[in-house]
Amino acid sequence: MSDMTADTAAVELPRARTDWLPLLLVPALGLLALPFVGSPSTWVTLTVAGLAMGMMIFLMASGLTLVFGLMDIINFGHGVFISLGAYATLLVLGPLAGWATADSLGLNLALLLLCILVAMAVTGVVGAVFERVIVRPVYGSHLKQILVTMGGLIVAEQLIHAIWGASPIPIPLPQSLRGAFVVGDIVMERYRVVAVAIGLLVFVGMQLLLNRTRLGLLIRAGVENPEMVEALGYRIRRLFVSVFIAGSALAGLGGVMWAFYRQTLTAGMGMEVMVLVFIVIIIGGLGSVGGCFVGSILVALVANYVGFIEPKLALISNILVMALVLIWRPQGLFPVARR
Amino acid sequence: MAEPLLQLADVHTHIGPYHILHGVDLSVPAGGLTMLLGRNGAGKTTTLRTIMGLWQASSGRIRFDGRDITKAATPDIARSGIAYVPEAMGIFTDLTVRENIVLAARSGPVDRNRLDWILGLFPALKRFWNLPAGNLSGGQKQMLAIARAIAEPRRLLLIDEPTKGLAPVMVRSMIEAFKALKASGETILLVEQNFYAASALGDNVVVMDDGRIVHAGAMSDLVADTVLQQRLLGLSLDAHQ
Repeated sequence: MSDMTADTAAVELPRARTDWLPLLLVPALGLLALPFVGSPSTWVTLTVAGLAMGMMIFLMASGLTLVFGLMDIINFGHGVFISLGAYATLLVLGPLAGWATADSLGLNLALLLLCILVAMAVTGVVGAVFERVIVRPVYGSHLKQILVTMGGLIVAEQLIHAIWGASPIPIPLPQSLRGAFVVGDIVMERYRVVAVAIGLLVFVGMQLLLNRTRLGLLIRAGVENPEMVEALGYRIRRLFVSVFIAGSALAGLGGVMWAFYRQTLTAGMGMEVMVLVFIVIIIGGLGSVGGCFVGSILVALVANYVGFIEPKLALISNILVMALVLIWRPQGLFPVARR
Repeated sequence: MAEPLLQLADVHTHIGPYHILHGVDLSVPAGGLTMLLGRNGAGKTTTLRTIMGLWQASSGRIRFDGRDITKAATPDIARSGIAYVPEAMGIFTDLTVRENIVLAARSGPVDRNRLDWILGLFPALKRFWNLPAGNLSGGQKQMLAIARAIAEPRRLLLIDEPTKGLAPVMVRSMIEAFKALKASGETILLVEQNFYAASALGDNVVVMDDGRIVHAGAMSDLVADTVLQQRLLGLSLDAHQ
């Protein structure tokens, strides 16, 4: 047997380092905003609203960051899955309209859950078709990907118009999710609290999948070096398709949450948030789910705080955050190693 | 005479507009270690990548274990029993050492006895078991790359320049590890530029130049013939010891 310890004998064992700095940005930002906001109750209200908004952005963006990181696909058509997920709620709200107006938290939550499941199923199936017909022919060419996925987005939006009509469609928030929890001077909208809970559940689920399962290992390895994953005997193409479908389904989930938040459906609602979605995945580091999570919260909190403190700056606050993060870390908060 | 485990016949490979392999004929017998030598740009890495299907052969035939794999997809080639360690090692730096090895064992958990054997070959890996592989030094990454290739029994190992950039002490350790692998009955096709390492390990030797095989024979013959070394490799063994 050989003894290959020579390389390590003289050096100390490196420790696994957890990169805390980006995680500390969120509480630091909150503390920084507190004196400018002034009232602690307003600050809590703004913070909870920001967290809810961040979770919804995360739900919409998390699939895209995996698709971006693993498949190196720039999918400008991602927004259509958000819109389609939102419209898929009509498939449930139509036959089960009574559940939305029932004064029962159980029925209301069951309705929301059904909407989510149907939306994820619809967007997953459409995602599989979208990958096969539109994305697969342009693997490896970013310019063609941008053009063809934009084209796919336009076609899909027109199809939504053809099926559901071009006029905005109002949708009711389930009865028990309307209104707000009021604690002293602090106001927390019920739906936003639910959005935070669902966002956290999805994030924890994704972390467990990525870190505790073989499939997760494969996805993480594929993000870093897809060629080597193939050389180990895994069919990366199948993994690509699975991740694309999962990414589309997650966008559908985000679409449902976004739809109930806006309480209005329009075919362009997905495209409208895509700038925000791209900003958070760039801030987080392409392919990093954790980065996407932190980036989403960061962007949403900044938008809320700045919108309250100096409304005129609200429009540029997201771009400003992205610029500052990229100056600090050009590869994003949690860069994923690449070949 | 038994059919070689791996056989390339008149293999040509193009990468974009460039014609890299010009009719490579190569045989790797089962058991033992075949060295693939040649200067930079001779086509050694292209040969390994073509065997793995990472670059498709434009023409010619590649047979492995009696089966034509010329047009097979890379995962199918890997599943047929060929493990590949690229020159850049291909370590997943975001994954831990353990996760890298777990991923390489496609059929399920790594066999305990085999894992003990692997960690016996590369004890340093044990110390870094739960650390991200990105924390390892170059030599340790090379150990991990080879450990990953042998996480499950394979019919053939393709290893590209494992001693490149390593300190002399690591090169010697790596040679010992390859000797142990040879002794265990593994069949290895090893690309190497370090003639000292090559001569210490190789049973057979194949020399490439300009995308062609210019010599094939027993390593002992090449080691004994300094004129041949000078002609094929532009060196003498003495200069590398």
